[in-house]
Amino acid sequence: MQPVLKVQALNKTFRIRSGIFKRRLLHVLNDISFCVAEGETLAIIGETGSGKSTLARVLAGAEIADSGQILLGSATIEDDGIRELSCRHIRLIFQDSNRSLNPGLTIGDILDDCLRFNTLLSAKQRLVKIKETLIKVGLLADHQEYYPHMFSGGQLQRIALARAIILDPKVLVLDEALSSLDPSVRAQIVNLLLKLQKESGLSFILITHHLSTVRHMSDQVMVMHKGKIVEYGDTEAIFNNPNSIITQRLLNY
Amino acid sequence: MAKFKLYSEESNRSPLSRLWKKFKRNHPALVGLWIFMALLVLAVIAPVVSPYGINQQHSDALLLPPSWHDAGNVRFLLGTDDLGRDVLSRLMNGATYTFGLSVVAALITTFFGVILGTFAGLTRGIRSSFLNHLLDITLTIPSLLLAIIIIAILGPGLMNTVWAIVFALLPQHIHSIRNLVVQELNKDYITAFRLDGANQWYIIRRGIFPNIYEQIVVIFTMALSTAILDIAALGFLKLGAQPPVTEWGAILAENLGLIYIAPWTVGLPGVLLFLAVLATNLVGDGLRQVLKDRKAD
Repeated sequence: MQPVLKVQALNKTFRIRSGIFKRRLLHVLNDISFCVAEGETLAIIGETGSGKSTLARVLAGAEIADSGQILLGSATIEDDGIRELSCRHIRLIFQDSNRSLNPGLTIGDILDDCLRFNTLLSAKQRLVKIKETLIKVGLLADHQEYYPHMFSGGQLQRIALARAIILDPKVLVLDEALSSLDPSVRAQIVNLLLKLQKESGLSFILITHHLSTVRHMSDQVMVMHKGKIVEYGDTEAIFNNPNSIITQRLLNY
Repeated sequence: MAKFKLYSEESNRSPLSRLWKKFKRNHPALVGLWIFMALLVLAVIAPVVSPYGINQQHSDALLLPPSWHDAGNVRFLLGTDDLGRDVLSRLMNGATYTFGLSVVAALITTFFGVILGTFAGLTRGIRSSFLNHLLDITLTIPSLLLAIIIIAILGPGLMNTVWAIVFALLPQHIHSIRNLVVQELNKDYITAFRLDGANQWYIIRRGIFPNIYEQIVVIFTMALSTAILDIAALGFLKLGAQPPVTEWGAILAENLGLIYIAPWTVGLPGVLLFLAVLATNLVGDGLRQVLKDRKAD
């Protein structure tokens, strides 16, 4: 199967202070390569500080890697630190949707801005699209008049999802997006995600601590430790037969 | 207001209307707002509605006490001063100078403060830290002292006072707004907005401003109360408004010699100054409290 997203030899270092004048280099991502096929889910697990969130931010374009390529289909969207900034095919859903939605704007405005910046649709077409998307994620068309503070956590996550899929992306990066939800709401969102995946062939990159969600949703698993990939393969194979000590420790929680 | 709702209606309140709903419940702040509004209206219409001209002298009524006093005259509601000028008319016109000009000064400060503060918040590295340290130096000087220094350069006069106050207030204003902008820029929704494809201008206009303009109003009220006190203080020190002008501080200074024979000529401008500053601070504090409450829920 032809992969939709291909990541090759991604590196990222941060310069951090370790003293008054001393700077230390911190290798957050070290030679990360993987690929995801259309309609597939890749789960990334690893302990805190293993570089998962940085990888998510690099994929979505919130940060730029130092070297390495990100290829989407046949197009190169990032090549050795040069990013195709107009690309909106990889969308990020944040951990805390309460903080990722602008409290001063209505939901309709937030979604409308997305469309206005990236498409040539007229105001009427945008309105139709916003309504469609809200219904697709299980909300009402009327909700576009509401402000973010009026929603519950699960609903906010749905809105964040609507914002991500309104531009018809190919890949969705979920950075701990399910962690802050309680189990029943999480189950609802997981089902919604799987439904969307079946309908539109979205690929997910799922970053989470929650192992049963990983097993339920993902086709492949990648285990990260200190910025490196320690294990990468089919979910069932890794869950049944973890090779490295780090994976074993993660799975035997 | 109806006690119960017949139809259940989704309360679909914008952040601004939630703010107002909470503000209404804070009665001292509301009273402050009314006084503030009254002074603002007075500042605009005082020359039209005041019963006498500010320099119109009544030689038959020198040092007349306020009208409720036995020796008072109802023609001069708040009495007259030693030149037979009507105190009420002078005080009303004083609102235009002390309060009106303070509002103008605070508005100018806010205008430049927002522009420069936003710019300072968006820049990074050497430029930003240079501006920051420069502002820190000016912040170590109290605003009144800074205003006096500027007056010493520009020369005394009412308009120079306004500019002096603007320049004296600007550093802390820029500082506060810079901090607000930097705080906002670090929030997730700004990152998300940037990932949506928003350019710098949209991030400022739709991302940052809808969330900080209320705080800007709070900063404005703080600047305003400082401006009122500074204008009055400079007028009192004869560095600002010069005596024929009916600025409250100047009136106070002019009549200081009469404090034992005609206390109303000194007391009343003082009371007005107090009211103006109190009202401004009540509104500012109320607003700040409400903003804190709204953030909490």
